[in-house]
Amino acid sequence: MTDTPQRTRPLRVLAAMSGGVDSAVAAARAAEAGHDVTGVHLALSANPQSFRTGARGCCTIEDSRDARRAADVIGIPFYVWDLADRFREDVVEDFIAEYEAGRTPNPCLRCNEKIKFAALLDKALALGFDAVCTGHYAKVIVNADGSRELHRASDMAKDQSYVLGVLDEKQLAHAMFPLGDTVTTKEEIRAEAERRGLAVAKKPDSHDICFIADGDTQGFLAKRLGKAEGDIVDESGTRLGTHEGAYGFTIGQRKGLRIGTPAPDGKPRYVLDISPVTNTVTVGPAAALDVTALTAIKPRWCGTAPTGPGTYTAQLRAHGGETEVTAEPVDGELRVTFTEPVRGVAPGQAIVLYDGTRVVGSATIASTTRATAAV
Amino acid sequence: MAYLDHAATTPMLPEAAEAFTAQLSITGNASSLHASGRQARRTVEEARETLAEALGARPSEVVFTSGGTEADNLAVKGLYWSRRSADPARTRVLASPVEHHAVLDAVHWLGEQEGATVEYLPVDSYGRVHPDALREAIARNPDDVALATVMWANNEIGTVMPVRELADVAAEFGVPLHADAVQAFGQVPVHFEASGLAAMTVSGHKIGGPYGIGALLLGREYTPVPVLHGGGQERHVRSGTLDVPAIASFAVAGRLAAEHREWFAREIGALRDQLVDAVRTAVPDALLGGDPAPEGRLPANAHFTFPGCEGDSLLLLLDAQGIECSTGSACTAGVAQPSHVLLATGADPELARGTLRFSLGHTSTEDDVEAVAKAIGPAVERARAAGLT
Repeated sequence: MTDTPQRTRPLRVLAAMSGGVDSAVAAARAAEAGHDVTGVHLALSANPQSFRTGARGCCTIEDSRDARRAADVIGIPFYVWDLADRFREDVVEDFIAEYEAGRTPNPCLRCNEKIKFAALLDKALALGFDAVCTGHYAKVIVNADGSRELHRASDMAKDQSYVLGVLDEKQLAHAMFPLGDTVTTKEEIRAEAERRGLAVAKKPDSHDICFIADGDTQGFLAKRLGKAEGDIVDESGTRLGTHEGAYGFTIGQRKGLRIGTPAPDGKPRYVLDISPVTNTVTVGPAAALDVTALTAIKPRWCGTAPTGPGTYTAQLRAHGGETEVTAEPVDGELRVTFTEPVRGVAPGQAIVLYDGTRVVGSATIASTTRATAAV
Repeated sequence: MAYLDHAATTPMLPEAAEAFTAQLSITGNASSLHASGRQARRTVEEARETLAEALGARPSEVVFTSGGTEADNLAVKGLYWSRRSADPARTRVLASPVEHHAVLDAVHWLGEQEGATVEYLPVDSYGRVHPDALREAIARNPDDVALATVMWANNEIGTVMPVRELADVAAEFGVPLHADAVQAFGQVPVHFEASGLAAMTVSGHKIGGPYGIGALLLGREYTPVPVLHGGGQERHVRSGTLDVPAIASFAVAGRLAAEHREWFAREIGALRDQLVDAVRTAVPDALLGGDPAPEGRLPANAHFTFPGCEGDSLLLLLDAQGIECSTGSACTAGVAQPSHVLLATGADPELARGTLRFSLGHTSTEDDVEAVAKAIGPAVERARAAGLT
């Protein structure tokens, strides 16, 4: 146990290089470990012409140039692959459709599942590579029998195993995360980049959603989906105000509701439910957000699927904490019960189950059961 | 390592490198009147004479520039501006659609910004402009043509154009014809006077000279409006302090290119034929780009389309085995685009993504061909499995 693939034998590795510091250091470490590394930058935007100074995401000429520069310093071949069509289809359109349906998607998860460890990995394997390497903070552990496990990064504060929770065993078999072992701060990764002569050492971190350059998700959605005025109502159905598109809201959201009249008890109100069919947003008190159970669809397992109920810790958001649950696969779905009620659970989000630090699997939240049967 | 990308740049000739370094430590601005200046001026003028002789031109017809791109821009924009200012009706620019971007983008810019009407001449499936096509285009209205530009030989697929015949047609109507001869110089006979061209571009680093130096051969009756204004060097057509080391070195490379041309065409041409045979044996469905007839293509060029492959994938696989070549087409932000040259020849856009250009040069050997012969079959198989994304 506990031997990571990067230490076993030299592999032909394709390093996905975004142009940021993490993926550059990851590629450098893989090369230093003796692997035969080739860098590749994914052109994911249909319009890669745009320059964005200082900002970071993917797809700009600047990012592509930074990645190339890093590859040259590391001394590895470098290519740019155009996966813009696949990305638009599988990630961006999916993102918009999910919001339109009143759900809250995580595009990074989708990108790892469909692009980095599918489109990219498939092409890499066909071209004779053994593995795809990224700058994610997560660990792959190889067991004595050759099976692989995905674990949280050594440093819990930087752990990104949540966005990799969608990977199945086959994808995991060809994944390499050279940053997963390190217990270092971001500053130390930057220092390492600097020591290695990588000019990206001082580059700012990326936005959460790379294809929304300015971080304005609402503006992005409004542009694509148009304005669709509808009602904001309370739990009893009383109209409190209007909105310009139900898709613009997330369950648990408090800010930006723009309701003139305060709640009778004077307490803040939160989005409890989004109904795309009637284009209605329902708001209510925080207590009504408490979720006791949920059903999730499209489960994906990192290894063998569990056959009965089990106790796990679950993570519900990219930067969320852990919460204790019991979960059981039933008829191709995942039924989850929370030990303590949790708030801010939105359909469309992924639930990732852990056994200690090990990722067991993930699924997409389809519906929730509230403590108060208000909605 | 097998370096088969000489059309991108070719190793500097030792004689050219020697001439370059010998000049680096000598002080002198060729425009100065004192002894140091006179010494520099002498070096420049001797180089001009050498180059003129190598290219069948008069020394006064050699205008030094910073390279092929600048010479192309000076010819296309400069001649457009001067011809239009002599007669405002002359705004039509005729260009082959297979030009290098240094011409293509300059022409496009004239259309966007300077009121030019750009007309792309038809080409055949080898990418060749026929004299009749030029005649037809000019004859439609001879009075409104500012200039025509057709490259001497294509950089991607190696097709050689009938320059003399094209120049005859242009001359009949009094239209100046420019040719980008960057790839042709040293490979096919290039004689400026005999060509009948008004202007012709050559570049240093494609013939074993240094980077950053080129020349526009310019008939004495033409005075293009300068792109670079300044001290009035080079017939007031191209200002800027002359780069004495680069010019001296360029001239040495130019002289050798002319002297070795027949040897090059014979020996490197034979190696190229071996390479073509080897690729066709390993990959029977590979399509040779450009004119298959030896007299119709550059002796050092071998261009292939591999159906079902992404050119980038092939590049990666060959690079991993130390074989350096090119897809031949330009990139947008590093993303390979289907070649405008192939599209102009009527190639299927899907097919046009799977191209490789092998270009040989003075350092090429049978070992290079051998390396390609061994690697290309498995590489194509792999690239096909990876498919088109």
